[in-house]
Amino acid sequence: MADTEGTAATEHGHEGETRRDFLQLATGAFGAVGLAAVAWPFIQQMNPAADTLALATIEVDLSKIEVGQAIKVKWQGKPVFIRHRTKAEIDAAASASPSDLIDPEEDKARVKKDEWLVLVGVCTHLGCIPLGTAQGETKGDFNGWFCPCHGSHYDTSGRIRKGPAPRNLPVPEYAFISDTVVKIG
Amino acid sequence: MNTFGKTLVAGALVFTVSMTGSATYAAGDAPHAPEHHWSFSGLFGTYDRAALRRGFEVYKGACAGCHGLRLVAYRNLMDIGFSEDEVKAIAAEVEVPAEPNDDGEIEDRPALPSDRFVSPFPNDNAARAANGGALPPDLSLIIKARLDGANYVHGVLTGYKDAPAGKKIPEGMNYNAYFAGNLIAMPPPLSDEGVDYSDKTKATVAQQAEDVVTFLSWAAEPELEERKRMGVKVILFLLLLTGLLYVVKRRIWADVH
Amino acid sequence: MAQFQKPAWLDNGLVRWVDHRLPIFTFMSHELYEYPTPRNLNYWWNFGSLAGIVLVIMIVTGITLAMHYTPHTALAFDSVERIMRDVNYGWLIRYIHMNGASMFFIVVYIHMFRGLYFGSYKAPREILWILGVVILLLMMATAFMGYVLPWGQMSFWGATVITNLFSAIPLVGDWIVTLLWGGFAVDNPTLARFFSLHYLMPFVLVGVIVLHIWALHVHGSNNPIGIDTKGEQDVIPFHPYYTVKDMFGLGVFLVFFAYFIFFAPNYLGHPDNYIEANSLSTPAHIVPEWYFLPFYAILRAVPANFVGEWVTAWMGFVLIEAKLAGVLAMFGSIAVLFVLPWLDRSPVRSSRFRPMYKWFFWIFLIVCIVLGYVGAKPAEGIYIVIGRVATVWYFAHFLAIIPLLAKFEKTKELPKSISEPVLGGGGGAASGAASKPMEKA
Repeated sequence: MADTEGTAATEHGHEGETRRDFLQLATGAFGAVGLAAVAWPFIQQMNPAADTLALATIEVDLSKIEVGQAIKVKWQGKPVFIRHRTKAEIDAAASASPSDLIDPEEDKARVKKDEWLVLVGVCTHLGCIPLGTAQGETKGDFNGWFCPCHGSHYDTSGRIRKGPAPRNLPVPEYAFISDTVVKIG
Repeated sequence: MNTFGKTLVAGALVFTVSMTGSATYAAGDAPHAPEHHWSFSGLFGTYDRAALRRGFEVYKGACAGCHGLRLVAYRNLMDIGFSEDEVKAIAAEVEVPAEPNDDGEIEDRPALPSDRFVSPFPNDNAARAANGGALPPDLSLIIKARLDGANYVHGVLTGYKDAPAGKKIPEGMNYNAYFAGNLIAMPPPLSDEGVDYSDKTKATVAQQAEDVVTFLSWAAEPELEERKRMGVKVILFLLLLTGLLYVVKRRIWADVH
Repeated sequence: MAQFQKPAWLDNGLVRWVDHRLPIFTFMSHELYEYPTPRNLNYWWNFGSLAGIVLVIMIVTGITLAMHYTPHTALAFDSVERIMRDVNYGWLIRYIHMNGASMFFIVVYIHMFRGLYFGSYKAPREILWILGVVILLLMMATAFMGYVLPWGQMSFWGATVITNLFSAIPLVGDWIVTLLWGGFAVDNPTLARFFSLHYLMPFVLVGVIVLHIWALHVHGSNNPIGIDTKGEQDVIPFHPYYTVKDMFGLGVFLVFFAYFIFFAPNYLGHPDNYIEANSLSTPAHIVPEWYFLPFYAILRAVPANFVGEWVTAWMGFVLIEAKLAGVLAMFGSIAVLFVLPWLDRSPVRSSRFRPMYKWFFWIFLIVCIVLGYVGAKPAEGIYIVIGRVATVWYFAHFLAIIPLLAKFEKTKELPKSISEPVLGGGGGAASGAASKPMEKA
């Protein structure tokens, strides 16, 4: 749409021109505001819809997970590992020194309750899903997870120890809403 | 405006008016349901929150046994005043199939707010079998799927009467003043005190009908309030902008006329 | 006198650099800014640009909807409801698109009637007019396929009725229908291909509109008195005069459009389309959208048996089968538009100077409205009679009345030019059957 600030092609007094230009400016401004208001819904419609947002958080019941077991749940389209850690695993995680870690981070900073480890199960290298959750899957050299794509090894806190991945497995936002139920997201 | 214009406008009006004729979409041979006053009609209409809550209670108590509401999600109830906990509780009363477990079996889990309303029957055939061959329609869009929907549904709900003398009513059918053909398979769904309103309103048939139609109107058009609000703003803005444009136009054209 | 002032930005360095390599700026300046336009155009000339803007609105909303729609019979209806309930502003975009289709036809029908009244189809604008009829056909195809996509009862049954019409074509009819369906009835393959073609057609439409505007710019716009422009005193630059007038007209139109979107979004539609398509249950009355009603009335008006039997008796074998007569009449009602410039040989363009034609124009308009009204009614009783009378008049208007008027109408004296005030005395303008020969630009 052409703008309204066209060139009025007549010979009026300067004062008349100023008045006219102001009116045209005001109209143009109104029109611009209108266009912006119209554009907004078309941009906003690409943001997640209400039903997608409704799945942005999930609640997981942890009561069935035995010590030493882990499960995989889907959250926002990605896998989340939840491991019920054994005492040995917790100790191993706590005793690692920063010089051993590629991405130094304390185990305490990565858990809310020591025995429950909640991680986003996507390798920070190029996005494959590391093995080590299900019964019988290899856990890699550090007893955590092992990514079969390019050989990244994660420890019992989900931290990267060996291999090409640059960062530790991310910890999603989560909270315990009861002793046995955790809300993720 | 010259005669050409006048005629064109007159013709357009004639056409538009003719389209409103009640027989245009032939609702069968039943009289048009009477107009009832609705809180949500008109340029500034809104949904009465108390009526919506009561209407949900009527749906749950009197309709949900046969009629689904599959396009509405339990979380949508939060938009009409139910708290998150209330919604979780309402959802958890029913079960839905879960993702396959590790053995590949599909178990049931309690519904979540993100789930949509569970229909009473798994499919149309099951619905018909349980209702003597008649299919109780899903109610998510019923108000939009019928001409003058709110008044029509209200008319049907309140239109159960004794058949006129001499009219034979086949087995399994009921006489209704506003249903097409006057014979409807659904027995009167509403009865006085049939629902126990949590806000202690007297649950007459008339009250229940009004409340459930309000609820179903929301179910069909949840965006109504936002739509009308936006409409008022948009049209006022456009009137202003058009007015400005008219003045600008007249000024620019002043030397031509 | 209104002069065109070359806009300052044309002298800008960057603009000139680009323009030297691809003269898009001087092109736009010439076609949209300087472009000499008759000074006496009235508001009926707003509807062309309005139609173009509505098309842009339809394309933008359509592409947006396509981001959320699923063209599969099991999912289509629900995907539209998801747009209405869950997608941010989805209800708004859907209602704009739905009512925009009706607006598009309102604007285009007014645009066409303007052409009929002021003789815009006459030489040298015959191709302009014909391109316009092509645009109408493309719009009708696009709208028909678009209506199928929500997969409601009317979507499905309207598709069934209209695709079945093609079986009336002799010899290849059934083969064509199967090809259209991709199966044995309207079903998933049909829906998927309609989605693809519905997405495609608007861009074909844009191409034809480019030709339409090109043809227009060759000789310039017609004007309310139908006299060619004769010089600088008859024209004004398109910008700022008609740009601002078009924007004002757009504002008025948008108020009208907005009323429907926000306060009566389903008024122009049919409630049955909020019921999911059911191939085993036919609605009581299958009705197309309002903009197809006159054609629908013509389709149903032709007493096929009567015509068929007459032709059979004459030819000795069945040439015209039951449905075919109605189908031919329906397409014929658009086909006559193609040849209108040759049916109407009157040298006078504008109805302002054709008093008899003017009456018949209004009657024709009323007949079209009557056809639309009848199209919505069940094909029973008095509606059949009215429908037939109106159909006969529709064709008679083009095939008999117009040619006869061209020959015998006594037209009014034409003014000498646009800028000259109403005809003074003297001057050599003869009136009558041998009217002034039509002036070439």
